[in-house]
Amino acid sequence: MIRLERRPEASQVMSYASPLIAIVLMLIGGLLLFAFLGKNPLEGFKVFFINPISDLYGVSELFLKATPLMLIAVGLAVGFRANVWNIGAEGQLIVGGIAASAVALHFHESEGAHVLILMVIAGGIGGMLWAAIPAFLKTRFNTNEILVSLMLVYVAQLLVSWLVHGPMMDPDGFNFPQSRMFEDSALLPLLSDENRLNFAFVMAIGALLVGYIFMYRSFAGFQMQVAGYAKDAARYAGFSAKRMIWIGLLSGGGMAGLAGMSEVAGPMGQLTEHVSNNYGFAAIIVAFVARLNPVGIFFASLLMALLYLGGEQAQQYLALPSSISNVFQGMLLMFLLGSDVFINYRIRWKEAMA
Amino acid sequence: MDSSILSSILFATIVAGTPLIIVALGQLIAEKSGVLNLGAEGMMAMGAIAGFAVTLHSGNPWLGVLAGMAAGVAMSFIFAVVVLTLMANQVASGLALSILGVGLSAFIGKPYESDILPTVGAIRIPLLADLPIIGEPLFNQQALVYFSWALFGGIAWFLYRSRPGLILRAVGESPSSAHSIGYHAIKIRYLATLFGGAMAGVGGAFLSVFYTPLWVEGMVSGRGWIAIALVVFATWRPFRVLVGAYLFGGVMVAQLFVQGSGLDINIPSQFLSALPYLATIIVLVIISRDQNTVRLNAPVSLGQPFRPEA
Repeated sequence: MIRLERRPEASQVMSYASPLIAIVLMLIGGLLLFAFLGKNPLEGFKVFFINPISDLYGVSELFLKATPLMLIAVGLAVGFRANVWNIGAEGQLIVGGIAASAVALHFHESEGAHVLILMVIAGGIGGMLWAAIPAFLKTRFNTNEILVSLMLVYVAQLLVSWLVHGPMMDPDGFNFPQSRMFEDSALLPLLSDENRLNFAFVMAIGALLVGYIFMYRSFAGFQMQVAGYAKDAARYAGFSAKRMIWIGLLSGGGMAGLAGMSEVAGPMGQLTEHVSNNYGFAAIIVAFVARLNPVGIFFASLLMALLYLGGEQAQQYLALPSSISNVFQGMLLMFLLGSDVFINYRIRWKEAMA
Repeated sequence: MDSSILSSILFATIVAGTPLIIVALGQLIAEKSGVLNLGAEGMMAMGAIAGFAVTLHSGNPWLGVLAGMAAGVAMSFIFAVVVLTLMANQVASGLALSILGVGLSAFIGKPYESDILPTVGAIRIPLLADLPIIGEPLFNQQALVYFSWALFGGIAWFLYRSRPGLILRAVGESPSSAHSIGYHAIKIRYLATLFGGAMAGVGGAFLSVFYTPLWVEGMVSGRGWIAIALVVFATWRPFRVLVGAYLFGGVMVAQLFVQGSGLDINIPSQFLSALPYLATIIVLVIISRDQNTVRLNAPVSLGQPFRPEA
């Protein structure tokens, strides 16, 4: 009989190995999925995982897609460490995008660096405002932040839909639900002439560094870590639970808002209903796979971006819907949660009791 | 407001509330055993696509409902293994299930996006359906509406008047105590979780086979989450789930209220569509304000893994 036996203490090895195991399981699951769909598994693997990064442009697209994920995931990780569950990053991204777009459109006659700076600030504040709602409701009314932040995702999607069909619609846009295209002064500067990688990537790396310093080198970050491990100990030590809820939610919200800004001021260049491609939810998976660690987030974002790009390739070359990316992402998270058991438990063969 | 408009609004409210009742009651059973399954949205989505696809291919909506139920059971089984046997965090696993379920259903459903199912006729109960105002809404409905009422009755009886229901509740309050007197807590939690999955699948199938007989990615649009919130709002009591579901159903058909009231105001459709989500937030705030309400009514072991010491 296979039994799970609790380890005397958590296995360090397994806590690094578990994400890798989950990735392998996801790959196996993917191969099986391709086979089940009547596609050659190895060809599927090549199209999905190898094709997207087979040239330099592809690699730049990988980093481009990973940028919003890095931004959001590091913000979320700050909160997750303290058991503050911000699930509404998707909505916060949208509101950040709306805020940044509003600034861009307001200044669409202006030139100068101030436009972008204001857009960055607006994006961050927009996301933080949207995250402030669940933070307020949790600290004041003890309301579950998961459900509130999630409901606000749907509200944000409807909000942007209303805006691009109405008040923010491009007057010269033939009634398409989109805003005016942004002027150059409202677009993030490109890092190179050969690809679409832009300044947001620099911001993302900066965010990872700031996140690292906050989480591992600041007292507030320490407090949040303690609160996540042992809530009562934190309370006993006088760490303010309310402040940690606010920090946890606003950090995710601000980063998500920034990501929203980077989307509308980046490759998209305007506000539409498709500001986000489920980045808010993908970032949650990134944060988990990365074990809430900024270095891990860097790599996990690249992996997640690869899954997105792979889906697009699969659509083109394997005639599979691009939502196969979401299937891979869901599988990855599921496998990760499953293989995490081995951190605290090990397999033992036990004789059945006579 | 004249009586035929009132009758239509009642009718629409009951229909809109039905999937919420079914899913929320399933959630209730799972939560009563101590399992918090946040994957309801994903299970509903899989139920919806399974129901739609099977109904389309077989021509039989009831096979579709069964398929939806099976899909829900399959999804919840994955969750149960990860959470009950592998003892993973229930919140994260539920989220993973939702992401997986919504993504997988979108993937499977792509080829079906332009298909339409024939509408299924309502079942009219003679005489009673001729009652003024309430006759049509209550007695000329789809079979699953009647099923939702029977489900409510069955679950209320099961939980509070039957021995297995008592055992279920005992497991939810204290799995270690139930276990120590010989009841296999993990097995009971498995069954409760699978039942929750089955009901989520049926609720999803209702949406795609009866409510709007087509398939669109994201058609569940948060109803799974609302059902979860509904169980909290109902403080884990079946009758309150019923009432709450119809309240939400009413909010969902708010458009009709606006039209029926004769007011000539131009409310953007997105605002009306946002009302159920805003309403969910409001009811959660109301019910959570007093810390003790939730603490007194929630199953004590909700969300906590149980490990029977071998």
